[in-house]
Amino acid sequence: MNIKARTNAISWSFIALAVIMICIFYFYPMVRALMLSFQSGTGTNLSYVGLDNYARLLTDSTFRTALFNTFIYLIIQVPVMIILAIFISVLLNDPKLKFKGFFRTAIFLPAVTSLVAYSIIFKYLFAGDGLVNSLLMNLHIIQTPIQWITDPLWAKVTIIIAITWRWTGYNMIFYLSALQNIDNSIYEAARIDGANAFTQFTKITVPLLKPIILFTSITSTIGTLQLFDEVMNITQGGPGNATMSLSQYIYYLSFRYTPDFGYAATVSYAIVILIVIFSVIQFRLAGDRK
Amino acid sequence: MATLKRVFMYVFLSGAAAISIFPFLWMIISSTNRSVDVTQGRLLPGSALGENLSKAFEQIDILQALMNSAQISVITTLLALLISSLAGYGFEIFRSRAKDIVFSILLLSMMIPFAALMVPLYRMFGSISQTVPFIGIDTISSVILPTMVTAFLIFFFRQSTKMFPKDMLEAGRIDGLTELGVFFRIYVPTMRTTYAAAAIITFMASWNNYLWPLVVLQSPEKRTIPLLISNLGSSYSPDYGVIMTVILIATLPTAIVFFLMQKHFVAGMTGSVK
Repeated sequence: MNIKARTNAISWSFIALAVIMICIFYFYPMVRALMLSFQSGTGTNLSYVGLDNYARLLTDSTFRTALFNTFIYLIIQVPVMIILAIFISVLLNDPKLKFKGFFRTAIFLPAVTSLVAYSIIFKYLFAGDGLVNSLLMNLHIIQTPIQWITDPLWAKVTIIIAITWRWTGYNMIFYLSALQNIDNSIYEAARIDGANAFTQFTKITVPLLKPIILFTSITSTIGTLQLFDEVMNITQGGPGNATMSLSQYIYYLSFRYTPDFGYAATVSYAIVILIVIFSVIQFRLAGDRK
Repeated sequence: MATLKRVFMYVFLSGAAAISIFPFLWMIISSTNRSVDVTQGRLLPGSALGENLSKAFEQIDILQALMNSAQISVITTLLALLISSLAGYGFEIFRSRAKDIVFSILLLSMMIPFAALMVPLYRMFGSISQTVPFIGIDTISSVILPTMVTAFLIFFFRQSTKMFPKDMLEAGRIDGLTELGVFFRIYVPTMRTTYAAAAIITFMASWNNYLWPLVVLQSPEKRTIPLLISNLGSSYSPDYGVIMTVILIATLPTAIVFFLMQKHFVAGMTGSVK
């Protein structure tokens, strides 16, 4: 018995430090944030205000703008990127393709850059007098420069293009490694049965990739809901608040405007709730088609 | 028809590859040009690399930022690997119902966005500042501690441990090794590739981390590379040549790590979902 208790203690000691760290730096702050969300005031002068912060959320136009922007990024960017990533990985998986290694490495390359570094590069490339505009004008695709950074609509487009550039290759790698595990004989059998390329794609490839599609769409959704580095460095949330993301709004509420930690904590709980809702929806969607 | 499909395939992939590579090329070319040439859209290598480099090291003090980033990333990676692999090993090798429950609770932390942690963490470190100054706001410890252990890395080590031959551990125990001895003498050396992949993931994340250092590091001499780049990028009269040189230098460590360890890199990323 004594030896058993000792072995048990040893086994727990292996995981103890990690569990303690996660509790101190994840779970405990979330409890503190929940308490904070019922308080308001500037800086450290906080007082209990009940549900006032949550009521304020409903009438806060900046919050609504940030929420709307985040949804736009989510609804447009995540599907576009995932479809593009699947498409590229299917092309790359073609056994007869030449220069496969080059294409794969080149398309994956953006994933090694730091978010801040690539954001600054994109900010310069997409400037009013930047290279993208002069290229498009030289090719006579546009007559006048597009205000990629300073027009409210185009600024969102720029952010979406930037994120898609950075993450498509990253997601592609997941699909590629999954595709390599699919037995080629399945496709041969389908071809003998007379299935064309499109039917093979929708009836074989997509169903077999489903777990990876679920995984990448959940991680991309969580990533988009936390979007910060790009908007901060490409557009600074502007023009106006046209590209402001939820994470950036929390940062501004805490460290740029007169600090209101209580209300910032309330906004952060809005993100937590969104992440939970989206993850549940995506799990449901994936489960229904079984 | 079949040839048309082939042509489309190569055109599409070449286009995607060109778009992916172009910003890198532009960065490298611009680092050799003067600011004026960059704004005029020059796409040929120039001769200003030396000038840009000396400005980057003398006027901007990129060396200090590189040292800060290196120090933070190396310490974070070493501690993260040690603590997470001990835990991943513990959860899998000493499996029990209670530990499985603890493990699923830990996984929940992956759903917590950093933006939600930022404010309470800032206040926690702020209140520690008065009593224990060396882990308070504006210290290296305050950057390292909250970003060090992630449920993702514990999960990653646990998944990899599933494939570990357990007989080897038993052999070590019979030879009289303690549990910790078994871990360090048998498990760690056998799992080298897993450690390599984990090290790459952690080092890159730490090297590129922006939001938390932005919140917690306040004095200019403690700035990390992403903070320095962000600062340069938002200046009113940017010297494009110098900024591109700084970005190039900052990207080199991760790019080198990537090219040297491409296999581990991809294995490390996809290993967790297999």
